Amino acid sequence: MEFAFTEEQAMIAETARDFFRENATSERTRKAMAGEGIDRELWQAFGAELGLAGLTVPEEHGGSGLGMVELAIIAEAAGSQVSAIPLLGHAMACAAIGAGGSDEAKAAWLPRLAAGEAICAIASTHSTLEADGDKLTGTIQCVPHGAVADLLLVAAPKGMWLVETAAKGVSIEGHTTMDQTRPLATVMLDGAAATPLAQSFDVTMAAWSAGWIVLAAEALGGAQETLERTVAYSLDRVQFGRQIGSFQAYKHRLADMMIEIEQARSAVYWAACAVDEGSDEAQMALHAAKSFCADTFFMCAGNMIQLHGGIGFTWEHDAHLFFKRARSIQTMLMDGEFHREQVARMVLGEAA
Amino acid sequence: MKLGFSKAEEEFRAEAADWLQGQMAGEFKDIKGITTLTEKAERRKEWEQQLAAHKWSCIGWPVEWGGRGASLAEQVIFAEEYARAGVPGRVNHIGIELAGPTILTFGTEEQKQRFLPGIAAGTTIFCQGFSEPNAGSDLGNVRTKARLDGDEWVVNGQKIWTSLAHISDWIFVVARSGEGSKGPKGLTFLMMDMHQPGIEIRPIEQINGDAEFNETFFDDARCPADSLIGTEGEGWRVAMGLLAFERGVSTLGQQMAFRNELDAIIAAAKDNGKANNPLIRQRIAKAEIGLRLMRYGALRMLSNTDHSAIDGAALTYKIQWATWRRGLGELAMDVLGQAGEIASGDAYEWDVLPNLFLYSRADTIYGGTNQIQRNQIAERGLGLPREPRGDK
Repeated sequence: MEFAFTEEQAMIAETARDFFRENATSERTRKAMAGEGIDRELWQAFGAELGLAGLTVPEEHGGSGLGMVELAIIAEAAGSQVSAIPLLGHAMACAAIGAGGSDEAKAAWLPRLAAGEAICAIASTHSTLEADGDKLTGTIQCVPHGAVADLLLVAAPKGMWLVETAAKGVSIEGHTTMDQTRPLATVMLDGAAATPLAQSFDVTMAAWSAGWIVLAAEALGGAQETLERTVAYSLDRVQFGRQIGSFQAYKHRLADMMIEIEQARSAVYWAACAVDEGSDEAQMALHAAKSFCADTFFMCAGNMIQLHGGIGFTWEHDAHLFFKRARSIQTMLMDGEFHREQVARMVLGEAA
Repeated sequence: MKLGFSKAEEEFRAEAADWLQGQMAGEFKDIKGITTLTEKAERRKEWEQQLAAHKWSCIGWPVEWGGRGASLAEQVIFAEEYARAGVPGRVNHIGIELAGPTILTFGTEEQKQRFLPGIAAGTTIFCQGFSEPNAGSDLGNVRTKARLDGDEWVVNGQKIWTSLAHISDWIFVVARSGEGSKGPKGLTFLMMDMHQPGIEIRPIEQINGDAEFNETFFDDARCPADSLIGTEGEGWRVAMGLLAFERGVSTLGQQMAFRNELDAIIAAAKDNGKANNPLIRQRIAKAEIGLRLMRYGALRMLSNTDHSAIDGAALTYKIQWATWRRGLGELAMDVLGQAGEIASGDAYEWDVLPNLFLYSRADTIYGGTNQIQRNQIAERGLGLPREPRGDK
């Protein structure tokens, strides 16, 4: 038992933190928000220059073969700057194809994903989706970064599929979305050619695990950043002849943020370790991390607006970027009530 | 980053679990499952000696002083198995976790020989004399006085909230020895024998009807001149060092006791049908998640070797568990319904869950109130300006 980063992990964390601080600037993110909701240059640099897109891809397919702890580390750094990159679908696709792709599918997609050349989106929210042989028909709502994706990871009741967005029978409609750093799209499939991944619980869980860890870690990074920026503001801003950070009503709200964030940090790295170590606590840890971190981020981002006063409500200030990202994470890949209900079933001994 | 335990550690877990469960099924089955600190005190002193006789009393201490020099992981494991087996809390917690490590760190060789064997053997029970009526949150405002009279210290004043003073043999006291000194300066840390006419104990009846805490009065109480730990006037430094030990592995054992409480709530909810209520289900899940995160927060804190950096997990730990447990008490009552408001007998005595509801109101007060915790987190953790004092 050693619940602390190894030297290598600490190095990855520092590299990733510096990279996003330096490059995922407010200016660049806002440019992405006004466009397609993606900073392609940032994603390119992340994949090609830093080589981080291949983090969890096995070495024989051009990646680094690392695990969920390392994925959490980079997602935390990306989330801390609300960067507009398609990391969520990417991490889920790497996990799903790695766990359940045929040799052909692995060879076709993993090297491209590892190089950051292909963009993948997770398509999981649908009411009707029908498979006829290897062709899918149906409408999938709320696909994050769906409008810029090359590949869709479609989560259907009977396992997961890969669908190329350029294929015949695929049409995608992007939406103006509250969180403009990860816009949602509607995907319509009309007999679109699809490649099935191996149908097993392990494959599905590999994808969901990566997705929940990315969102939880993004939320952790975002929450920590809202705290740090608000602390800085509170030391700078003077009212009644005092720094506003000296008022107890203000201090205590910041303290409450730190209390939640420390637990969120435990949650993210507990879940990541549990998945990497194949622990029988992994399921509970994932549900705990996703629900707890999303709530923590939302609370912190809401406080960031409140504690900045009027300036925090302006478009010009970055507080709303965090606030909107936090709101979207709360619902993305199932909401807090769903995840807590899974935990309740486990502790009440009702789990299947 | 690694959460799993090694094979050797798992073997250690099996050995500890086996011995503890054997004791709770055998010679000490009469104390199994007790959740208050006051019930069957005499038997629990015998239990302290039983632990010592089998080298399970202070496993983290060095071997030469009766410990096992156990690794951090082993201490974590023992604390977990201890509570899992339903063994009641240690009546000599203060001696083992606070007095012992303080003497090991700040005491002289002679003091180690004088005090450590008795603590290790479970024959010397310690209590803590820090808080006073006017030195609660403002701990530096101690007024109890100590003056050297020949080869003895003479102590006068009053301590309060002295947990288990009525069954303790020794007390460590922070007293003002510097004439006219104020605040943290001029304090001295003394070890005093409780069995003397100059010390009087009065129990404080609590909202749950129990009396774990006491007022402790010092009226020309005495101890030998060499009873001070550290140097004269440096008592604050020793006291602060002691408080740092409090965030040790015992927290893991405390969590296992919380586990037992949450399990009792879950069992009650399944029994009376509240487990079908979606709102209660969400709250049970939240409680479960909070407890798990407490464990991993403690493991992060214990794995942290960079003591120069601010340890956020350690700084936020107290308010986290205390607030969680207060919520657990409220959940317990919502699950039990009105049945939870009827005492277990004619006396004002409570079953585990209603008692948890009442007792947990103290958790967010003792050892630093939630308000003070938030000040400290903001000031030490986030670097915000300190609270102004009204007396400067």
